[in-house]
Amino acid sequence: MYLSPNVMRHVHGWLLLTPAVILLVAFTHYPTVATVINSLYSKGTAIRPSRFVGLANYELMAEDPIFWKVLFNNMWFALGTIPTSIALAIVMALLVNRALPGRSFVRMAYFTPTVLPMIAVANIWLFFYSPDIGLIDNIAAWFGIPGHNWLGDPNTVLPAIIVMTIWKEAGFFMIFYLAALQHIPPELREAARLEGASRWYFFRRVLFPLLMPTTLFVLINAVLNSFKLVDHLFVLTKGGPDNASNLLLYYIFESAFSYFDTTYAATLTVLLLALLAVMALAQFFLLDRRIHYR
Amino acid sequence: MLNSIKKTLTGVATAACMTALATGAPATAQAKTDLTMYYPIAVGGPLTTVIDGMVADFMKENPDINVSAIYAGNYNDARVKALAALSSGSPAQLSVMFSIDLYELIEQDAIVAFDDVVTTDEDKAWLKSFYPTLMENGVTGGKTWGIPFQRSTIVMYYNKDAFRAAGLDPDKAPATWDEMVDAGKKLTKSDGSQWGVMIPSTGYPYWMFGALTMQNNQVLMNPAGSKTHFDAPATIEALQFWKDLGAKDKIMPEGTIEWGTLRQNFLEGKTAIMWHSTGNLTTVKKSATFDFGVAMLPAKQRLGTPTGGGNFYIFKKTTPEERTAAMKLIKFMTSPDRSADWSIETGYMGVSQAAYDTPKLQEYVKGFPYAAVARDQLEFATAELSTYQTGRVRKALDDAIQAALTGSKSPEEALKEAQETADRLLKTYQ
Repeated sequence: MYLSPNVMRHVHGWLLLTPAVILLVAFTHYPTVATVINSLYSKGTAIRPSRFVGLANYELMAEDPIFWKVLFNNMWFALGTIPTSIALAIVMALLVNRALPGRSFVRMAYFTPTVLPMIAVANIWLFFYSPDIGLIDNIAAWFGIPGHNWLGDPNTVLPAIIVMTIWKEAGFFMIFYLAALQHIPPELREAARLEGASRWYFFRRVLFPLLMPTTLFVLINAVLNSFKLVDHLFVLTKGGPDNASNLLLYYIFESAFSYFDTTYAATLTVLLLALLAVMALAQFFLLDRRIHYR
Repeated sequence: MLNSIKKTLTGVATAACMTALATGAPATAQAKTDLTMYYPIAVGGPLTTVIDGMVADFMKENPDINVSAIYAGNYNDARVKALAALSSGSPAQLSVMFSIDLYELIEQDAIVAFDDVVTTDEDKAWLKSFYPTLMENGVTGGKTWGIPFQRSTIVMYYNKDAFRAAGLDPDKAPATWDEMVDAGKKLTKSDGSQWGVMIPSTGYPYWMFGALTMQNNQVLMNPAGSKTHFDAPATIEALQFWKDLGAKDKIMPEGTIEWGTLRQNFLEGKTAIMWHSTGNLTTVKKSATFDFGVAMLPAKQRLGTPTGGGNFYIFKKTTPEERTAAMKLIKFMTSPDRSADWSIETGYMGVSQAAYDTPKLQEYVKGFPYAAVARDQLEFATAELSTYQTGRVRKALDDAIQAALTGSKSPEEALKEAQETADRLLKTYQ
C-alpha cells in the first residue's frame, strides 16, 4: 500500500507525540474532566447510589463555613509566605553570590531545608514549637519570656506554620536567584560604579529588573506551593485548633478520605483548579508584559 | 498478575494445572492461601516488629497460609489505604482498623459480619470469649463485625517524684475531679516549669472528651450510631471542666495540647499528670527516669473512660478459603497466649479474661501491677464515639472542643453548634 509522503509525515508526527499525549490525557486531562463530572453527583454509598444533583454540591460549598474559613486561611497563608520567602531568597542569593569565606558552606546551609522532606521538617518543628520543652520556648526562657502554646493557640498557629514554610522554601528560591545572578554580566556593576551609583540604586534599577523573569517563575511556583503544600499539617496540627490552620487542600483530603465524601472533595478540587488557573494566567498576562527579557 | 495466577491455582483444578504448566510454577504452590493484612499504629514505639514477629510465628504454624502484614500508618491512614486497595481491585483480605470505623465500613459495604463467617459452635463460643465492653464498638444490628485486637482505655499516668516533692501521697492518685484539681494546684509551679495535668486535645480530642462525659454520667451517642448527645447539660459541664483546668484553675496550659508530644512532656517532667492511651505504658515504663504511677481516671459522678483502638475486620471481597484463613489468623492473633504477649510488649489490653489468666501475664501483672489498670477500668468503660457519617460528626465535636479550649467559643455555644451539625448529618439515619 502506498501512502503519500505527506500522510506519512503526519503519521510520523502523531506517533512521536503519542507517548506525551497518553501521559497528558491519562494524568491531567482525564482526571480534570472526571473531577468536574464527579462534582455534579451526590455522594454514593452501597446503600444509596450516587445520582446527578447538578450544582447542589456547589451550593453546599457556598454555605459551608469551614470552606470559607479554609479559603481565607489559605489566602493569609499565601500572603504570609510568598513575599517574605521571595525577599529572603533574593537577600540570601546576593549574600552568597560574592566572595565570602566558606561560601559553599553557607550556600549549603541555606539550601538544606529544601532537601529535607516536608514531613521530616514538620516533625522537627513540632518539637521546636512544643510548649515549654520546645527549642523556641527554651530560648525564650533565657530571656525570661514565659512559654507559649504556639500550635495550640488559634492566633499563633497559622503564623507559626507560615514561618516554618518560609524557612523551608526560601532556600529553594535562592537557587534560582543565584543562577540568575551568575548570568548577569559583571560589566554592568563596573559601569554603575563608574557612574557613582549607590549599591541600593544599582540593585533597584539594574539587578532587580534583570531578575524579573526569575521572579515571575518563582512567584508562580510560590503561589502554587502555597496551595499544594499541606504535608506539614498532617504532622503539626491536622488543621486545628478548630480549623485555625486548615488549608484548602487539606480540607479536600479530609472530605475525601475522612468523610468519604468524594463528590464534595471533587467540588472543592474544581474550585482549587479554577483558582490556580486564574492566578497563573493573571501572572502571565499582567506581569509578563512588564518583564524585560534579554 | 501473580495474585490472579494464584487465585486460578486454588480454583478449578484443570485450569490450575494448565496455568502451572504454562508459567512453569511448581505444583506444590497449589494449596497456599495468600492473605494481605493492613494494620495501623497510633502510639509510636517499635510495635511493628512485635506484629511482624507474631505473623512470622503464625506462618510457621500454618505453612499453607502466606500472610503479608503491611504497616499502614495511623488509624486514618490504615483505613484510607485499605479502602483504596479495595476499590483498586487488589484488595486486602483482612485489616486491623479503628474500631469506630464500623459504620463507615458497613455503609461502604466493605466488610463481612463474623456471624456469616463462623460455622461451628466452637467458633460461635469464640465470638463470646472477649470482654463484652470491647465488643461494643464491633457489634451493631445484632451482628459482630469487628474482633478486638489492639485495644486500650485512657489511663492516668502520674509522676510520683513530683507528688512527693509537692507533699502529696505518691501512692494515692487523685480519684475525683476535685482531688485532681487540688493536686494539680500543688503540682503546678508558677514559673511554668511544671504543670499539674495535661489532657491532649489534638489528634483524638473526642476520645478524651468521651472519658470526661462518661465520668459525668453521660454517653455521647446512642448504640445505633444515629443520634448524638453533644448538647446535653452533662456534656457541656464536662467541657466546661476541661476548659477550666487551663482557664480558671491554671493547672494545665491554655489552648490545645498536642497528642504527639505529650508523652515527651510527661517524660521530661513538664507535667506531673497526663491522660493518655494505655498503649503508651510499656514505652513510658522503659523511658521514665523517675518513679511513676498509673491509675484509673478520676470520677465525677462515676468512673469512666471510652475504650479505644483497633479491631480486626474481614473484607467482603474474599473467597471462602481466604475467609477461613483470615479467621485462623485472627484467632491466632487474639488467642489468650498471643494477647498476653501483645499486652506485655505494648501496654495494650489483653482482649479476654483468658489472656489475663495465662501464667505469663499473671506473672507480669504481679511484678508490674499497672499493667492491669486498663483492664480493671473496663468495668466502667463505654464505647468510643462512633456514628454514621462518623468522620464529619467526629470532626464537628473535635472542632467544638478545640474552639472551647482555645476560648473562641463558650463550651455551650460550641457544643450546641456541634449538635446541630450532627443532627443535620444524621437526619437520614434516624
